Amino acid sequence: MIHSLFLINCSGDIFLEKHWKSVVSQSVCDYFFEAQEKAIDVENVPPVISTPHHYLISIYRDKIFFVSVIQTEVPPLFVIEFLHRVADTFQDYFGECSETAIKDNVVIVYELLEEMLDNGFPLATESNILKELIKPPTILRSVVNSITGSSNVGDTLPTGQLSNIPWRRAGVKYTNNEAYFDVVEEIDAIIDKSGSTVFAEIQGLHVASSNRSDLMRFHLPLCHYLQNPRLLDDVSFHPCIRFKRWESERVLSFIPPDGNFRLISYRVSSQNLVAIPVYVKHMISFKENSSSGRFDVTIGPKQNMGKTVEGVVMTVHMPKAVLNMNLTATQGSYTFDPVTKVLTWDVGKITPQKLPNLKGIVNLQSGAPKPEENPSLNIQFKIQQLAISGLKVNRLDMYGEKYKPFKGVKYITKAGKFQVRT
Amino acid sequence: MAASPAYGEEKGGSSSLGEPEYGHDPASGGIFSSDYKRHDDLKEMLDSNKDSLKLEAMKRIVAMIARGKNASDLFPAVVKNVACKNIEVKKLVYVYLVRYAEEQQDLALLSISTFQRGLKDPNQLIRASALRVLSSIRVPIIVPIMMLAIKEAASDMSPYVRKTAAHAIPKLYSLDSDQKDQLIEVIEKLLADKTTLVAGSVVMAFEEVCPERIDLIHKNYRKLCNLLIDVEEWGQVVIINMLTRYARTQFLSPNQNESLLEESTEKAFYGSEEEDTKDTKAEAASLAKRKPYVMDPDHRLLLRNTKPLLQSRNAAVVMAVAQLYFHLAPKAEVGVIAKALVRLLRSHSEVQYVVLQNVATMSIKRRGMFEPYLKSFYIRSTDPTQIKILKLEVLTNLANETNISTILREFQTYIRSMDKDFVAATIQAIGRCATNIGKVRDTCLNGLVQLLSNRDELVVAESVVVIKKLLQMQPAQHSEIIKHMAKLTDNIQVPMARASILWLIGEYCEHVPKIAPDVLRKMAKSFTNEEDIVKLQVINLAAKLYLTNSKQSKLLTQYILNLAKYDQNYDIRDRARFIRQLIVPTEKSGALNKYAKKLFLAQKPAPILESSFKDRDHFQLGSLSHLLNAKAVGYQELPDWPDEAPDPSVRNVEVPEWTKCTSREKRKEKVEKPFYSDSEGESGPTESADSEPESVSEESSSSSSSGSSSSGSEEEEEEEEEEGSGEQSEDKEEEQKRSKRKEKEGSRKAGSPSEEEEEEEGAKKEKKAVAPQGRKGHAETSSEEASASESSSSGSDSGSEAEAKRKKAPPSSRAGPKEISLLDLDDFTPPPPQPVPSSSIISSSLVTDLEGLTLTDTSLAPALLSPAFGAVRTYELLHRMAGEGLSVEYCFSRRPFLGDPHMLAIQIQISNNTDAEVKSLRVSEPKLLSGMRIQEFPEIEHLAPGDTASVVMGIDFCDSTQAANFQLCTHTRHFYVSIQPPVGELMAPVFMSENEFKKEQEHLARLGEGKLTGMSEITEKLTLTEKCQSDHAIVQQVTSAANVGRVPCGADNEYRFAAKTVTSGSLVLITLERREGTAAQLTVNSEKMVIGTMLVKDIVQALAQ
Repeated sequence: MIHSLFLINCSGDIFLEKHWKSVVSQSVCDYFFEAQEKAIDVENVPPVISTPHHYLISIYRDKIFFVSVIQTEVPPLFVIEFLHRVADTFQDYFGECSETAIKDNVVIVYELLEEMLDNGFPLATESNILKELIKPPTILRSVVNSITGSSNVGDTLPTGQLSNIPWRRAGVKYTNNEAYFDVVEEIDAIIDKSGSTVFAEIQGLHVASSNRSDLMRFHLPLCHYLQNPRLLDDVSFHPCIRFKRWESERVLSFIPPDGNFRLISYRVSSQNLVAIPVYVKHMISFKENSSSGRFDVTIGPKQNMGKTVEGVVMTVHMPKAVLNMNLTATQGSYTFDPVTKVLTWDVGKITPQKLPNLKGIVNLQSGAPKPEENPSLNIQFKIQQLAISGLKVNRLDMYGEKYKPFKGVKYITKAGKFQVRT
Repeated sequence: MAASPAYGEEKGGSSSLGEPEYGHDPASGGIFSSDYKRHDDLKEMLDSNKDSLKLEAMKRIVAMIARGKNASDLFPAVVKNVACKNIEVKKLVYVYLVRYAEEQQDLALLSISTFQRGLKDPNQLIRASALRVLSSIRVPIIVPIMMLAIKEAASDMSPYVRKTAAHAIPKLYSLDSDQKDQLIEVIEKLLADKTTLVAGSVVMAFEEVCPERIDLIHKNYRKLCNLLIDVEEWGQVVIINMLTRYARTQFLSPNQNESLLEESTEKAFYGSEEEDTKDTKAEAASLAKRKPYVMDPDHRLLLRNTKPLLQSRNAAVVMAVAQLYFHLAPKAEVGVIAKALVRLLRSHSEVQYVVLQNVATMSIKRRGMFEPYLKSFYIRSTDPTQIKILKLEVLTNLANETNISTILREFQTYIRSMDKDFVAATIQAIGRCATNIGKVRDTCLNGLVQLLSNRDELVVAESVVVIKKLLQMQPAQHSEIIKHMAKLTDNIQVPMARASILWLIGEYCEHVPKIAPDVLRKMAKSFTNEEDIVKLQVINLAAKLYLTNSKQSKLLTQYILNLAKYDQNYDIRDRARFIRQLIVPTEKSGALNKYAKKLFLAQKPAPILESSFKDRDHFQLGSLSHLLNAKAVGYQELPDWPDEAPDPSVRNVEVPEWTKCTSREKRKEKVEKPFYSDSEGESGPTESADSEPESVSEESSSSSSSGSSSSGSEEEEEEEEEEGSGEQSEDKEEEQKRSKRKEKEGSRKAGSPSEEEEEEEGAKKEKKAVAPQGRKGHAETSSEEASASESSSSGSDSGSEAEAKRKKAPPSSRAGPKEISLLDLDDFTPPPPQPVPSSSIISSSLVTDLEGLTLTDTSLAPALLSPAFGAVRTYELLHRMAGEGLSVEYCFSRRPFLGDPHMLAIQIQISNNTDAEVKSLRVSEPKLLSGMRIQEFPEIEHLAPGDTASVVMGIDFCDSTQAANFQLCTHTRHFYVSIQPPVGELMAPVFMSENEFKKEQEHLARLGEGKLTGMSEITEKLTLTEKCQSDHAIVQQVTSAANVGRVPCGADNEYRFAAKTVTSGSLVLITLERREGTAAQLTVNSEKMVIGTMLVKDIVQALAQ
């Protein structure tokens, strides 16, 4: 399946290569560079490239291209999903998935890749198993290692691979048993020029974090304000959840994996139910035959259920013709990058009494035709202690436990792909 | 000693960086490749005794490998450390070894013994990792070692080791594809594994090594379906993709007669009202032909078990299930995948890209599926262009009369985008919407015309091209637009657009008679500066104008043609020459001249704007080939649905599982019994051998009990199939309804002999006559039966069995033991209280049948049955004269002798032709060769005059044809007699699949190679006599000559038989291959050369007779 993997940075250096079958020459990446050149933008490099003898399937993550070489038919998503899993693993191990982190830990990276694939077919991709095989580097350990000469490779052989619940390590011990559940809901929306909602839906996510010494079954009955079970449109589960119980009782029953994991994700797509917590008043115009334009944006809260909207950030990709912007913000600060033409306005918290406003003049390239389209505004925000869909975790039952471990549920609503067309 | 300062230095260097970060060290790579001294350091470090030093060295070496630097010259130094105790060093050495073993094959061999030792380790993880590394070393010399290791690991206790073995299979296969057959054996074995850990990996191996061997899956199909949900995610993808292909070959299309279904039920309804009219007969006939589709329960099982996986977090799994549903599910059920696919659109852009490609293909076929999610495909300005274009494609595919206004409004936003490629694509999309939906054509056209005044040239150009296509559909009404476009030629520079405008003016020059010549004039002026594509269109325009309006344009045309004559591009020169000849009349110009106008101004069909994703679904969705729209290496075609469903019984699993066979099979059997018993009652005394009907009924009961459909004749086959499909439904009500309908159907059929023409020609005539009645009878009973069995608990297999038995016309003496046999194969030889030849035949055919479950080729069924008839030859043991009135005959009953499997059962028939009673008839003083044994029959105390007694005795001939001599004693006399078995009787049939047969044959052939060729294989050419031309005759001749079982065979002209010798159990394989005419070739493979030779002789004789 996956023949080889090349990691390429933005400037086109191949800084790591790994082969699971016979060695494939680096020159195969030339096809990739060719495609990259053609694509202009990094985002537009086609994920699948066909070359005379190989197929290249690539992903772009954190300014690194993961280019895999394939020789025979394989579902492309299989490879893409795997490459993302590799990137996730690096992230998990090194805290970031960057070129320096990978170069700094090249031996661990190599060992990881060796374990993750066997002959190009995924072998161990579960982070718990990998961590048992190869310990992630920590500062303490690196100091200890340099003194004692011991290594990052676990001397115990991994047993997780043999267990039927591969997402849990065997025999972990914690001093305090705790389980946290974060209910994260993201609002995806497209808002029309006139302020009406073209499209909106909620993407929900339960991220759980548990430190548990023992295998214990959890029950998590989800309840809805609206008492409408059909509201949760499309649910996907972590493999630890017993699907049958969900089907019959709408209860999530599971033995939690160790550490952070995504328990379920769901979607609420009926548009009427999606409350949009902010509104945007905008006035962006470019004058014909003059090298300037006006820019005036105000953001205000709407239906926020008594919670404050925080962490508001607006990013705007201005047209190419824009040279510079001269703006004043009543709140927060703004930056404009004249190279990428991206305007970022970090607003912060919105207080309904004094609405934040950003106003000023746009300088255009002289002589260039007036941009036809107004840029669309991408907005980020978050609201603490609120699940916008109205979903609530009723209670959390734990079975197989005598004492009471600590448990908690946290709600947060965020903007996902929230876009305002102007 | 030299090592320590070097080490210190290294240490210092590394500690300054904090961690051993050699890959990070910018100097390291460059220096290593050039500076040999450094390499010496590494070698010294590797040679040292300290593990820490070795580790340092290995880390640096791995860092080199990671950067793609050559470290192969360190090979000997590294390999030495393969047995190092330190686990990290060991691991890194493995990494190194796997990377360079291919280049340094000889040295790599040094490490093999370490792994071989590891393979024997008591720890399963060590065994697994040893196998993993061993199989990753690509050195052809060790192929046999690898093969051995894989074989051993495949039967390891630990599932993890077995999984590793499965992983090793494709590695070995890529190293040496000659091992394929052996590897298939291993795969077959591992496929039968019941653990989830192994399933994914072995299917992966199956896909890489032998994806064509779909027959290996049959037995494991249900198990795989049931395990699927617990298999790890990567394995799920592979299994689902494989099962999609499998299902395409084994089940019927769920959508084939959707429309017919409604139609046919309606007809049945009318049919019941006017039973007698001829009309209805015809209708009934057509109804029978299109029997309503009922999904195979296995097909349903697959769909049901994969559905929950749509919720998987792994996009590849979701996509795999989605494609499975798209390719396999009934139309009504495909919808469920849309939601899951839309969910994937939230994922990484690469995932979006692939998913959208597939959605685009699906949305052409099943538009309704994605319509509710239309808005999820709306485009954000931040999407990458390639995603935007794909979303646009999907939106266009989804457009219909109801949602077109929303979509067009959305498109309007897109047209103002900054991303010009995207705008161009949007314009194309609008064009497509306009052609597909007539209602909005004018609106679209107007919108596009407005775009012609856009400032961006690309937008204008694209609009021109699209407008051109739209106008071609109804040019007459749009001369205004054409005029407008003519004006654009002054400004627009994009060649494609200019060419389009020129073509448009030329084509419709009659609509714009005033403008056209003027445009031509302008173009003539700028001709030399135009692009080639524009030049060609200028020539075209000139030609067209010349033909329609030669007065105004004659000179211009001449001018342009002259310019073109000296153009640099030869295409243009060619075109000019050609057109001049065609349009300008000269003496030389031929007949074509007259038709020039017709040629140029013919009505041209409007171009069809269609999606580039049309017809992409002939590739399996989700595959690389689909994405590239080209066949990728190693792509397995998705087969079309079969017209006739292959035998579903092949998926039934062996003996132990019988008791819990699916409800469907039970029902089938219930239904069938009465049918055959009825037919038996009526057709019993017919011309054919008396035993036939009985054996047929016997057979059918046995076959149905195992869910097989390998029954006696084609007719039954069909009947059974109908039953199968009819009774499958789990819904009770429906079933009853159905059986009622069938009753009607049956009676109608009975009334219409023409009906029978549908049946296969091969069926025997008297059976044909019987069948309708039988069917009728069966239908009646079946409805009773169905209701009766419904009330009884579903688990009571034997209960319904007994019930069925009761219905049998003459309750046969074998009913008792038979019941047991259904549950347990071992017990299945009934004790012979009074064995009659026919019964023994039946039991052997029963064996045939039970074994025949594996058959895919159902047409073989009659052949399997037939050997029974006339196969029994009687021999004389004691002639009436010699025996003074006592005559004794014997025959080989061909059934296992009770109590001793090594003995041949010999049936002896003693007739007392004297006037006096014969007393105490017994066997005594056997004179046997060593090893031979005899089991006398119990003494017969009295045999009245004229009476006949039949007894069975057993003789173990030790696989030799030496006679067994013994005395037959009466109270007065002793007769010396001897029984000499024909070689063909020394064996008992064994039943194997074609594959097993081939495998065994090869195995035997290989044995022969070791010694002398010809030892285990005897080949003889022969000529078939007139008599032995038909399949039936040949099979009968062979089976009468030897007690062998037929093996199914794919080829028409080949017959295969297999048997085992009774005593030693060695295999005898017979292959008869028909050549042209009457020639044939007989091959016998056997370890026992003598038996083989004699058998060949006997069979040749039998066939030549």
